[in-house]
Amino acid sequence: MIVSFIHRAVMQGIPLLFGSTGEILTEKSGNLNLGIPGIMYVGGISGVIGSFLYENSLPDRSAVNPFLIIAIPLFCCLLGSLIMGLIYSFLTTTLRANQNVTGLALTTFGIGFGNFFGGSLITLVDTDVPSITLSLTSQYFSKTLPFAHKLGWFGEVFLSYSFLAYFAILTAIVVSLVLKRTRVGLNLRAVGESPATADAAGISVSKNKYFATCIGSMIAGLGGLYYVMDYASGVWSNDAFGDRGWLAIALVIFTVWQPNIGILGSILFGGLYIVHNYMNNIIAMNMSTQELIKMAPYVVTVIVLIVISMRKKRETQPPASLGLAYFREDR
Amino acid sequence: MKNKADKPMHEQLVQISKRAALPAWQSWLIRILAVLASLVVCAVIIVLFTGDNPFAIYATMFKGAVGTSRRIWSLLQGVAMLLCVSLAVTPAFKMRFWNIGAEGQVLMGGLATASCMILFGNSMPPALLLLLVIAASIVAGAVWAVIPAIFKAIWNTNETLFTLMMNYIAMQIVSYFTYIWSVPKGSGKIGVINAATRAGWLPTIGKYNYLLNILIVAALTIGIYIYLRYSKHGYEIAVVGESENTAKYIGINVKKVIIRTMILSGALCGVAGLLLVAGTDHTITRDTAGGRGFTAIMVSWLAKFNPLYMVVTSFLLVFMQKGATEISTVFGLNDSFSDIITGIIIFFIIGSEFFINYTLKFRSRKGAEAA
Amino acid sequence: MNKTPAIELRHITKRFGSIVANKNVSLTVYNHEILSILGENGSGKTTLMNMISGIYHPDEGEILIEGKKASIHSPKDAYRYKIGMIHQHFKLVDVFSAAENIVLGIEEGKYDLKAATKVIRETCDKYGFEIDLSKKIYQMSVSEKQTVEIVKTLYRGADILILDEPTAVLTPQEIRKLFAVLRRMRDDGKAIIIITHKLGEVLEISDRVSVLRKGEYIGTIDTKDANESILTEMMVGQKISLNIERTEPKNVEKRLVLTNVSVNSVDGRAILKNVNFTAYAGEILGIAGISGSGQKELLESIAGLQQLKSGSIIYHNPATGQEEDLRDKTPLQIKNLGVRLSFVPEDRLGMGLVGSMSIIDNMMLRSYREGKSAFVHRKEPHDLADRIIEDLQVVTPDAQTPVRKLSGGNVQKVLVGREIAASPTVLMVAYPVRGLDINSSYLIYNLLTEQKENGVAVVFVGEDLDVLTELCDRILVISGGRITGIVDGRNTSKEEIGLLMTKANRHHNDEGKEGNDEEQS
Repeated sequence: MIVSFIHRAVMQGIPLLFGSTGEILTEKSGNLNLGIPGIMYVGGISGVIGSFLYENSLPDRSAVNPFLIIAIPLFCCLLGSLIMGLIYSFLTTTLRANQNVTGLALTTFGIGFGNFFGGSLITLVDTDVPSITLSLTSQYFSKTLPFAHKLGWFGEVFLSYSFLAYFAILTAIVVSLVLKRTRVGLNLRAVGESPATADAAGISVSKNKYFATCIGSMIAGLGGLYYVMDYASGVWSNDAFGDRGWLAIALVIFTVWQPNIGILGSILFGGLYIVHNYMNNIIAMNMSTQELIKMAPYVVTVIVLIVISMRKKRETQPPASLGLAYFREDR
Repeated sequence: MKNKADKPMHEQLVQISKRAALPAWQSWLIRILAVLASLVVCAVIIVLFTGDNPFAIYATMFKGAVGTSRRIWSLLQGVAMLLCVSLAVTPAFKMRFWNIGAEGQVLMGGLATASCMILFGNSMPPALLLLLVIAASIVAGAVWAVIPAIFKAIWNTNETLFTLMMNYIAMQIVSYFTYIWSVPKGSGKIGVINAATRAGWLPTIGKYNYLLNILIVAALTIGIYIYLRYSKHGYEIAVVGESENTAKYIGINVKKVIIRTMILSGALCGVAGLLLVAGTDHTITRDTAGGRGFTAIMVSWLAKFNPLYMVVTSFLLVFMQKGATEISTVFGLNDSFSDIITGIIIFFIIGSEFFINYTLKFRSRKGAEAA
Repeated sequence: MNKTPAIELRHITKRFGSIVANKNVSLTVYNHEILSILGENGSGKTTLMNMISGIYHPDEGEILIEGKKASIHSPKDAYRYKIGMIHQHFKLVDVFSAAENIVLGIEEGKYDLKAATKVIRETCDKYGFEIDLSKKIYQMSVSEKQTVEIVKTLYRGADILILDEPTAVLTPQEIRKLFAVLRRMRDDGKAIIIITHKLGEVLEISDRVSVLRKGEYIGTIDTKDANESILTEMMVGQKISLNIERTEPKNVEKRLVLTNVSVNSVDGRAILKNVNFTAYAGEILGIAGISGSGQKELLESIAGLQQLKSGSIIYHNPATGQEEDLRDKTPLQIKNLGVRLSFVPEDRLGMGLVGSMSIIDNMMLRSYREGKSAFVHRKEPHDLADRIIEDLQVVTPDAQTPVRKLSGGNVQKVLVGREIAASPTVLMVAYPVRGLDINSSYLIYNLLTEQKENGVAVVFVGEDLDVLTELCDRILVISGGRITGIVDGRNTSKEEIGLLMTKANRHHNDEGKEGNDEEQS
């Protein structure tokens, strides 16, 4: 049972990991993108649209091209999230709009966009399918490693996930390394900490902000795609993604802006999300207590936020210019 | 730096500089143009999805928003509730305190209302219960808002992230209680509270269910306008928001102002919760606030924190939402369409602020190199 | 050592609007030498150097580097010409290590912090910098941060180094170390320019001295031919008569007595050291000193905006005859004691006024609490605003105009007008005529004199010695947080004040010299 719990926790955690990795990258450049929940919806629905159109264009299920059925949703998802990232960057970096307002507007827009197409896609393309169920695409997206089930608990805990899950972990590690060990990361962090210093050192503040925000959005968008195609087995239902986007932002604080900690953090948050299903067997728990347990990630995050502000340790503070627009003449 | 021109950047063809000031009519012209541009973009999108002609569509929207007297009431109620939350967040924003936790504060106010109605609905005289309900909702909203304020004042804890997290804690608490008090047991829904006795319900004026809410919010609008503009507190809020150093220089206790203002902000959110639960819904779910806490931030920002302008911005957004919902119904589309429209309008208006605050100077490539 | 010109300035002129910051300045710096640029505050030293480092571009004249005409448009260009400038305000990322800051923005080659650290370490060893390259900037002292800035410019290959007031924030020991390093760099062939106004340091470190006064180039002499009085005279120039009307103090009585006041900065540096003085009602007490010597903290201590480490500030209340200690009191508490203190701070829009508010609302800052009503009254502030606009000739469309939209001089008039209108018993003003034209300046001088005649204790922090010696009854000179002298305004000279202004540090520099000789032997 513990094994299946860990397995489910990881499945729950992966979308959060994508979201928080993307948001960390974005925040490191000084952009507090509160549009992440919307971007994740857009990432999910864009993949769904691509896959839906592709599946519907097939004469029958055997005509499927294994490459295209992965590539089309993936491409659509990345494109959709990229556009969202561009809207945010354009408004906040080029037009210097307020980041909080822009982010929240982006979330309203993104969730609306997701639910609208989720609810209207069938009407719009005029087909006679009863609901959006992309079982074929999902089959490919949720393929696990072939030898996973032969290895008992080890297989289930470590190997029984689809390629996107491993990609999430890989992304977290790569982003972590890029931020810590490369010149790109150094420049990016300089922009987030002190744009005036970066500017004086000849680093383009705008380019870095665009770059980090757009890549970050694309990473976050994959979280939405993973959720629909793997976790939800290709079934899109409106609002099912819920508040996972905000949970991803909570995770950013929980991990004190470190994607590699996010790998374990996301599994922990994922576990807290579903723990009630399992604790039911140990101690009888009613629905109401489950809701309190679901509160735990947020409470823990608030505590982390308070502790880092009380300890005032510089390494664990949010990037110093987080949320502020940079304008050279303001110096 | 006063002499930007001395530092030509070779790659920079467009020079951006801060505008001294734009006459009020010009800045409003820019904003109105932005709204019009957003409406055009919305129209294009609607045409893409429905294939109908844009004028017919705007006619449909118009009908959807104000077509019948029921719709007008519903529109006004929508405006009133959004406006109420927007008024609540405004004092905090003027102080540069990013309270994005209005959603949670409204919910806590609503929950306090609902719990008083449930717990004391049969054991207390109606008038007393009504007073209790009002007091409880205000206190609950204020408490939920003052927690992050205290941490901000003492340890400078990031209020944006703190208040954001408080929203979801509030939602889970509401979910918890909806299971505890669900009718029938285990359904996860509370249903209409005290449907028979109407205990704890706000009275209705005549047969107009929404009128009381609308009047209360109208009064609040004027009240907050006066508070911010003419009261000593409002003046202190503005000074703290603009320059903490100046505030200290004239002896304003900045911590006290932060905490006091957030209590007010939360209390007003509590009132919004009260109006929603005791005034119209007579029940509570985790979606009672309905995202107004977030939309309110945009309403307040777009109105430059002026309560009177907020009437206009919240009306615009609610009108478009109701209209978009009507289109969705007519064409069999999902009603989330209205969120897309809201998003687009806001993108345009916040983008337009740039053109009010900055000027662009275009330079030819040649000129840039010669400089 | 053969000295070749590293950089030559020819007839450089720079204007900001109608103000001429540099007028026809020509000078040459050679390799293998340290040149001091000496001048009072506002003499145009920093502007001149900013033109070499690419922050400004000269309006007239040309810059030659190794004999060739150079065009420097940005700090990046300056680096290409191997020019590095160390500004007074360091440009470093706090949470980065020293090494990370040093390599920041360099684009060539592979990013390898370890290899870079090795190269940096070699540079450090070569010149004798002691620095932990893995230490984070926020953990560093000011001196360490300065070292990081210098190493950063060296790592980027600078051969011409410009240091803007490098000793302003250092302790005597740190100054000694810095000078040793500078000498080693000079001996290695670098051209080094130090901007300073401290005579002792000039004599100690430099090979030649160029003097600027009010934007104009006065001359260059070899340090070996210079002494303090020659340099002081070059720096302050002949006495110019301003004809400020100075009345004899009447009814002089104790108003404010400071005893042993010490203040530390947030990071623990001593900013004010055992300050003792008395301000009398009916006189203008001038405070002279190089900017950043503790004037700001001194005024803020009295106003209740600084935490005192020790000492007392006693106010003698003329209305009640009682004595009140203002130490550890907030501005509001001070006000509630009945102390009528007015304060015109240096940073007018950062403290003192709210830029986005109208003149009327800014008038209210002092008075809005009056009355029991929960609401503010704009009638009296409006009248006051109108009166100040008229009396002080404030140029503004109307009283509703946000203060931010006014020019610097008009902003100053609004602030001074408000503070005087509060009918104070103590009036503290910091640089009240900065940015004002001649007529407006005289308006302010007359207002201050009028206040003095009304029995107010006026404390005037100024920078122009001509003004100080003609306006003030007594002049207190502060240097490095210490009071180095209090002189009679009527019987003093600019030279005397100039020497007092640099006194405290000179003493330490002598110590530094000895230490250095030991090191070299």
